[in-house]
Amino acid sequence: MSPMILSLLLNATLETIYMVAIASLLAILVGLPLGTILYVTRKGNILEQAAANQMLSAIVNMTRSIPFIILMIAVIPFTRLLIGSSIGTNAAIVPLSLAAIPFLARVVENALLEVNKGLIEAATAMGATVWQIIMKVLIPEALPGIINGLTLTIISLIGYSAMAGAVGGGGLGDLAIRYGYQRFDVTMMLMTIAIMIVFVQAIQYFGDKIAKQLAHSRV
Amino acid sequence: MIRLEHISKNYITSQGTVTALQDIHLQVNAGEIYGIIGQSGAGKSTLIRCVNLLEKPSTGKVIVDNAELTALSPNALRAARRKIGMIFQHFNLLNSRTVYENIALPLELSGQNKQKIAATINPLLELTGLADKKNHFPVQLSGGQKQRVAIARALACKPKVLLSDEATSALDPETTNNILDLLKNIRDTLNLTILLITHEMAVIKACCDRVAILQHGIMIEENNVGQFFANPQTAIAKNFIVSSLKQTLPPVIAEQIIHQAQTNHHPILRLWFFGGAATQPIMAQLMNQFNLHINILQANVEYIKQHAMGIMILAINGDENKIAAGIQHLQQLGVQVEVLGYVPNDIIPFA
Repeated sequence: MSPMILSLLLNATLETIYMVAIASLLAILVGLPLGTILYVTRKGNILEQAAANQMLSAIVNMTRSIPFIILMIAVIPFTRLLIGSSIGTNAAIVPLSLAAIPFLARVVENALLEVNKGLIEAATAMGATVWQIIMKVLIPEALPGIINGLTLTIISLIGYSAMAGAVGGGGLGDLAIRYGYQRFDVTMMLMTIAIMIVFVQAIQYFGDKIAKQLAHSRV
Repeated sequence: MIRLEHISKNYITSQGTVTALQDIHLQVNAGEIYGIIGQSGAGKSTLIRCVNLLEKPSTGKVIVDNAELTALSPNALRAARRKIGMIFQHFNLLNSRTVYENIALPLELSGQNKQKIAATINPLLELTGLADKKNHFPVQLSGGQKQRVAIARALACKPKVLLSDEATSALDPETTNNILDLLKNIRDTLNLTILLITHEMAVIKACCDRVAILQHGIMIEENNVGQFFANPQTAIAKNFIVSSLKQTLPPVIAEQIIHQAQTNHHPILRLWFFGGAATQPIMAQLMNQFNLHINILQANVEYIKQHAMGIMILAINGDENKIAAGIQHLQQLGVQVEVLGYVPNDIIPFA
């Protein structure tokens, strides 16, 4: 394998890691609170806001029902506004984050729904504030589920990032299309696929491991 | 210590208004263990949740330790709740925290530092017999141990009042007794006031000083436990007491029993005693005054704070009119008599 191919692969790998890492980080920063808000504002819950909940829920559903490839194109004006360009790795982060945020939010909401409601009651009886209930009870108890959901989100993002590559986002997807597909470079195609597989396996492995460790309390 | 005045709770549903509690008055004195018994759906859970305002009553006042909780601001209510411990049927422990960390939770919520928390928790672990389980997670514990953790957690903020929501209903009888002993013990050592709800008479019998019966959201009877067992006023109270005593027919009788009187058959009676009647020599009276033959098939008499109560199943043989007169005599003594049925003469030996 020539040094040129190696450096191409290395660059593309780093770009993919960069895109996925930043988008994941944004998904956590926005999706985690959003999922928590979706949960606590549900009917009958600690901060019940039925109207706001329905509105947020509708927005989340709307975003999630748009296929990523279309979302990517649809948000180009927004991406341009934020990044100043619609091409490149930074530009790809915008649609990636927009897809990951509502996905993670739903996952977080579902993980929180799994928490025994009796715990909220017990904490309320102890004089806990809503903020304390969220930070000391709900999130820690839902953490294994949240980590599993995050693993799922990151793996989806790896797939999406390859799609972003197809429209000039860089990364492994870009490499696979330009060299593997358009130049019939089978080695390059196989290499990118191999790297993707290693990524996904590693993330799944560590995600499971962390979730299991956090859930040490559950048999 | 706890006073409920005119507490009502209505739920508005699509089918209209449902009344869960109706004009409840309740006074629990300091240092008392007060039990509320009722069937499921009677409103017990709603009632106990009204005490720390987990449920907001529709009308009425809740006064705990001289503070009217129903008049407090949200902040003041949270502070007041720290002085009201609560334990639950399903324990409600955090799976993500160890025993120690679970007990520490209410202290963390009130902003105490680590040293202060440790100083509070270590004696509690001793008191509840959990010292060796300190670093275990709830999933590694038995039901009884989980409830001990919950009790320790409820005591962490040094409350004056402990609310127990069916705390032993998920436990086996032996563990139930251990937990009830622990509750009595902490009442004595910490001078706690305990309000508990249950559907089991055994719980009332084992540890309560006073008892109230709740039915369809109404408190229909209240008494100290001794008087309650000696002299239950309502049919439902009697039912609760009877159902707490073992009383099954021996299989040989159960197979043969018929509901109509027949020749060569004699009646099987069930007698219920409450209080005074249990101390009368009624068997001797039946035999001597009415010339009846009696064979006791089952008997269960218990003493609750000097008051006897019991149930007896017996076969009775003799002249038909004498049997009727004997039954009447028993009823006059305050014994409740029920004819369960009739069995052939040859299956039960009489003298």
